[in-house]
Amino acid sequence: MVDIWDGFSAAFWLIASFDAELWEISLRSLRVTLTALVIASVIAIPLGTYLAVQRFRYRRFVISMINALMGLPPVVVGLIVYILLSRAGPFGVLNLLFTPTAMIIAQVVIITPVIASIAHQSMRELWAEYHDLLISLNTSKWQRIVTLMRDGRRNLLTAALAGFGRAIGEVGAIMIVGGNIDHVTRVLTTAIALETGKGDFALALGLGFVLIGLAIVVNLAIHTLSRTEREGQW
Amino acid sequence: MSALFPLTLQGVAVRRQGKRIIGPIDLVLNPQGPTIVIGPNGSGKTTLLRVMHGVERINAGSVSWAAQDRSKHAFVFQSPIVLRRSVAENLAYPLRLVRTPAAQIRETVAYWLDRIGLGSVQNSPATRLSGGERQKLAIARALVRKPDVLFLDEPCANLDGHATHEIETLLQEISAAGTQLVMATHDMGQARRLARDLVFVLDGKIHETGLASEKFAAPQTAALAAFLRGDIVR
Repeated sequence: MVDIWDGFSAAFWLIASFDAELWEISLRSLRVTLTALVIASVIAIPLGTYLAVQRFRYRRFVISMINALMGLPPVVVGLIVYILLSRAGPFGVLNLLFTPTAMIIAQVVIITPVIASIAHQSMRELWAEYHDLLISLNTSKWQRIVTLMRDGRRNLLTAALAGFGRAIGEVGAIMIVGGNIDHVTRVLTTAIALETGKGDFALALGLGFVLIGLAIVVNLAIHTLSRTEREGQW
Repeated sequence: MSALFPLTLQGVAVRRQGKRIIGPIDLVLNPQGPTIVIGPNGSGKTTLLRVMHGVERINAGSVSWAAQDRSKHAFVFQSPIVLRRSVAENLAYPLRLVRTPAAQIRETVAYWLDRIGLGSVQNSPATRLSGGERQKLAIARALVRKPDVLFLDEPCANLDGHATHEIETLLQEISAAGTQLVMATHDMGQARRLARDLVFVLDGKIHETGLASEKFAAPQTAALAAFLRGDIVR
């Protein structure tokens, strides 16, 4: 119990004193996660919507695979990305290992199936609602996808936020591919792991509270900017 | 008289999961006024309309129009499908699909908002409208592209008398303006008020067709006579 209060206290002082290192790693956490989120959303949302409207031979298999990949172990993703980006790997020449870009790649791999799966579920329900009308209006496949994405944007936002939640708290993969290098690839989660290893539980907890606070602030900001939960909005 | 007619159905049958829904149906439709499809619940009226409109896959036979142009048909469903957009955006949607100039969209939307009396709620979400208002919106949305033929599947089912009267008035006006109506209903009062031609469907087959005035006065089959009396017909 004392440790938790110490953690609160550490978090308060880290924030109140505008601790430079805290700001640095918090901003890096945000930059890496939001970049990964944007890239994953650009891939996953159209993919989830396409799977909702298009029937093709291996559709069920593809959906099952995406659902299964939601549970991808991050350390395995980290290991695979590590192998691909290491000097001996096929992308070693790009020199990306132990950089924020490598962390972004790992996060994209982890959260794309999460966003795609949730997006597919909500788009499938909307497609069931719109199906007859859009067929009757002779819409093209592309028009159907765009219409569903536009009218289901609040649901898609939820899918993206689920991806954000998964990415911001991720530690296994980014520790492997980022290396937790001070001032280069250290982010909140890897810093927490480091401080815990060093036995500084108060600081680790403090960073943990900052991480939770950051996740809440980003969620609230996105909800506010997208004006969800307002009367008459969808 | 629309150049799309006559509409010819030859040996049309629809089966779902091995069960016959309609058919075999042979019908030539060359209407001179509103055509009302009547029949008991589950007789196949909706499926017949969907087949004519081309949104229902047929298992046998053929459907052919004198001029094949699906953009000249529109369909209003029994449960009005409204897009999760504002009332005005619902009306604009079919026009946007065919890249109508913005000025023309504004003009058309303003005309129909005024015509159906929803101008005061044009910016409200369409999902907040009452059942009658939704149905009027669905009819107006079906008409914004000026179709030659409008299919309506029990558009007044579950509506109160006032809403039914409003919709019937609108239908009479658009019929007088030259749009061919093909409408399914099991409301005999409505059929008498609107029909010029009558198609009686029973057990997935066309039982009787002809001028409504003649059919109402002297039905040729016992089944239609019983149906018109309000007896239960199987």
